[in-house]
Amino acid sequence: MTLSADPAAILEPETIEEASFLRDTMRAFRRNRMAMVGLAFVVLLVLGAVFAPWISPHDPYRVELDEQLLPMSATYWLGTDNFGRDVLTRILYGARISLVVGIVPSLVSLLIGTVLGILSGYMGGKTDFVVMRLADMMIAFPSLLLAMVVMYTLGANLLNIFLALALVGWASVARVVRSQTLALREKEFIEAARANGTSRAVIMFSHIFPNVVPTLIVLFSLSIPEAIMWESSLSFLGVGVQPPEASWGLLVAKGKEYMFQAPAVAIAPGVAILLTVMAFNFIGDGLRDALDPSMKD
Amino acid sequence: MGADDPILSVRGLRTEFSGDRGDVRVLDDVSFDVGRGKIVGLVGESGSGKSMTALSLMGLVPRPQGNVSASSILLDGRDISKLEPAAMRRIRGRDIAMVFQEPMTSLNPVRKVWEQVGEPLAIHQGLGRSAIRKRVLDMFDLVGIPEPKTRLDAYPHQLSGGLRQRAMIAMGLICEPKLLIADEPTTALDVTTQAQILRLMRDLRDRVGTSIIMITHDLGIIAEMCDEVNVMYAGQMVEQADVFDLFERPSHPYTRGLLASIPRATVARAARRMPSIPGMVPNLAKLPPGCRFAPRCSDAMPQCQRPPDLLPVGVGHSARCWLHSAGAALPEGEMR
Amino acid sequence: MTGSVLQPETGTAAQDDRIVLSTRDLTKHYRVGGGMFAGPPRVVRAIDGVTLDIRARETFALVGESGCGKTTLGRVMLRLQEPTSGTIRYRGTDLTGLGEGPMRALRKNLQIVFQDPFASLNPRMRIGEILAEPLRSHGYGTPAEIRDRCTELLEMVGLRRQYLRNYPHQLSGGQRQRIGIARALANKPDFVVCDESVSALDVSIQAQVLNLLSDLQDQLKLTYFFITHDLAVVRQFADRVGVMFLGRLVEVGTTEELFARPLHPYTMLLMSAVPRPDPRKRGEDRPMMRGEIPSPMNLPKGCRFHTRCPFARDICRVEDPGLQTLGGRAVACHFPLED
Repeated sequence: MTLSADPAAILEPETIEEASFLRDTMRAFRRNRMAMVGLAFVVLLVLGAVFAPWISPHDPYRVELDEQLLPMSATYWLGTDNFGRDVLTRILYGARISLVVGIVPSLVSLLIGTVLGILSGYMGGKTDFVVMRLADMMIAFPSLLLAMVVMYTLGANLLNIFLALALVGWASVARVVRSQTLALREKEFIEAARANGTSRAVIMFSHIFPNVVPTLIVLFSLSIPEAIMWESSLSFLGVGVQPPEASWGLLVAKGKEYMFQAPAVAIAPGVAILLTVMAFNFIGDGLRDALDPSMKD
Repeated sequence: MGADDPILSVRGLRTEFSGDRGDVRVLDDVSFDVGRGKIVGLVGESGSGKSMTALSLMGLVPRPQGNVSASSILLDGRDISKLEPAAMRRIRGRDIAMVFQEPMTSLNPVRKVWEQVGEPLAIHQGLGRSAIRKRVLDMFDLVGIPEPKTRLDAYPHQLSGGLRQRAMIAMGLICEPKLLIADEPTTALDVTTQAQILRLMRDLRDRVGTSIIMITHDLGIIAEMCDEVNVMYAGQMVEQADVFDLFERPSHPYTRGLLASIPRATVARAARRMPSIPGMVPNLAKLPPGCRFAPRCSDAMPQCQRPPDLLPVGVGHSARCWLHSAGAALPEGEMR
Repeated sequence: MTGSVLQPETGTAAQDDRIVLSTRDLTKHYRVGGGMFAGPPRVVRAIDGVTLDIRARETFALVGESGCGKTTLGRVMLRLQEPTSGTIRYRGTDLTGLGEGPMRALRKNLQIVFQDPFASLNPRMRIGEILAEPLRSHGYGTPAEIRDRCTELLEMVGLRRQYLRNYPHQLSGGQRQRIGIARALANKPDFVVCDESVSALDVSIQAQVLNLLSDLQDQLKLTYFFITHDLAVVRQFADRVGVMFLGRLVEVGTTEELFARPLHPYTMLLMSAVPRPDPRKRGEDRPMMRGEIPSPMNLPKGCRFHTRCPFARDICRVEDPGLQTLGGRAVACHFPLED
């Protein structure tokens, strides 16, 4: 996000000014303690997910029926589930899927929604009409049903989950971006750019886009938990991630049946979701402030 | 206390803001008087502290970032400088009222005009709705709102900018305050509407005897309206004088520069270039060590490295400038 | 009908008599409201038949109160908004018929400086970027040449080159307005609309910026279309003045003539409403305008000004006076003021 937030850097990567915009942003971000805590958490989580086989002594898939629903112990830090699998290990493996499912579709719907929203808001007329009616349809259609249809027809695999979630998510992004673009279009600096003979593409890319980035970051940090929840709903309904694969949503869904015998089975992955969502929110806040030039003095 | 005592007497008003980059003193030792039934001007550019003076008097400086202190602020003989926020709330709207610059945003768009204009009555005098309505009608009449009866139930957007500002003045005056502070009351209005509002305020002073502090950047308005003038620069009073004295014998180089740089509608242009003050208003966090105007002043001398005091230069006329303290007075009335 | 009148022979800066920009019967109407259930839309006549010639190297000031259409006229002249009808000619080229591409190319020559130095600069761009953009849009040259030109522009408006690396919020209002001017002048235009360009500035800074504009006009042979509500600035700065009321020009003349002897009652009342920086002149009883400006959606019949005019007679309520010639000047009034 930090990179794409500075379109000038993409246009003219060789000039000094743009490079220092990035540096300014990084410096401002580093000064934000909560954001740094959030970043540290996410980094640890990613490392844990990637290196799970080396970190954990347990096999996430092996069923040990005589070790069902054990309490927390030195061997099983968070206890075991109904198949006798180590909960902590399953959470680490689940992070692989949940993080990817949280981030990738959010990025895709953000990308589609931003492009269409800016085009729609700035060009107006027919473009606006077509894009907005399409978005209306997406929003009016029950999204869970839409996602399920995609999963049923194309099959339950990770790529199709991405597709289904992006299809559901872009419309609301496009709406928010469009309304921001409409407001920005009336700003004097946009009029100044038009008066200068700046082309529409450049206006959209280098004037409108940087000014919607703060909103995009907020939307992004909100859509990650949403995507994680969506994935768990789909998994719960049996069209998402298939057991014995683990995702956090699935872990919570399956674990809730043993809530009274072994609460950690459901609560632990729930806490993982909570902490991750909070971490992303802190990072989002930090980025938003860091990207605001008036906060960089 | 006699009738000659000023209605407001401010001594040593000091307002500071604390922020990440240390404390900034936005008002430094501000003292002035407002005579009964007088219109007193506070004039200066943005950042001079003229609006901050008003907010400090009203107890409206945001806390805890802002900190206001004063040796004394006598309102009709009573010191209000050490009052608690609750006591200050009872004074606001009843003893001191304020009219703001922007009549568009200072009225709540979803409430009827009369309810808002009459609100101070409900707060301070506990009047009932029908009594309030009647008083608001009288006030609308006083401030010259045409067809006052039909305007009572209007919403703010149904009134023009001029009428809204009249309604704001009616609200300011409704509890018959001892002092009305008008902060740039006509800046957002057209010249013709401005002329009407200024005439209204002058009439109110003449008929009702309202004492008014007029805050403005426009020396034309000062000349038209005020009896006494206080010129502010970078948080300090730099010159205080009777209005005629100020325009005829400006003593501080800043006042002279300001007067010279007004474009004059009534004077044909001699040359395209106008006299102007070089440079810009200093950052209050990085003030020059001595006289705050010295870096822009064409008369700056070695003494100006030390801060000058506000000293008398004539009867009821003082200036904060070494030119006068050092006895090296400028030729009278000459402007450059 | 009044073309010759609108370019009188007495202009002071008339070294070059060529017309830079002219409008003929220019109108801009907006539709407000309307829709399936809202009844027919109402029409706001923001500009209603403006005919004007601006000569090379003059400063033509357009004055009027808020809502009179002066800002819209400035935008429409540059085709930042499309006119409803009428023509705009720039050095003989009809702008109204021009396609997107040729119009964008012409924007090099037609520029605008805005009122609000806060809103007119993109807060997320550095000054260097802001100045480079118009140069890039018109293919000015290599990145090094563009950088040199940006430095040159900064120096031209009296700022140090170090500001190239700053963001707009780090500059004062006066400095920001200098950037706005530099950006407008980047591609060496010859016609510049100044839309209330000094109104938001403090008095001492306003004088500096006016002096700058004046110097630049001499150096770069610029023509200014100077939109303002401030008559004092007009008097100091303009060669000719047009007074606008509710979408129409009601009086056009040289600054000297107009201020010495206004012909239209509106001009006179506008001038008398300006507070004078002279306390000895206060209390002089001046004629004052009555009432409020009529809504441009619901124009009065006859002369648009009659509801506020202290001299209105019966004919004013019925017949709309066009802009007419009177002793080499133009005025839209049945009973122009006498000495």
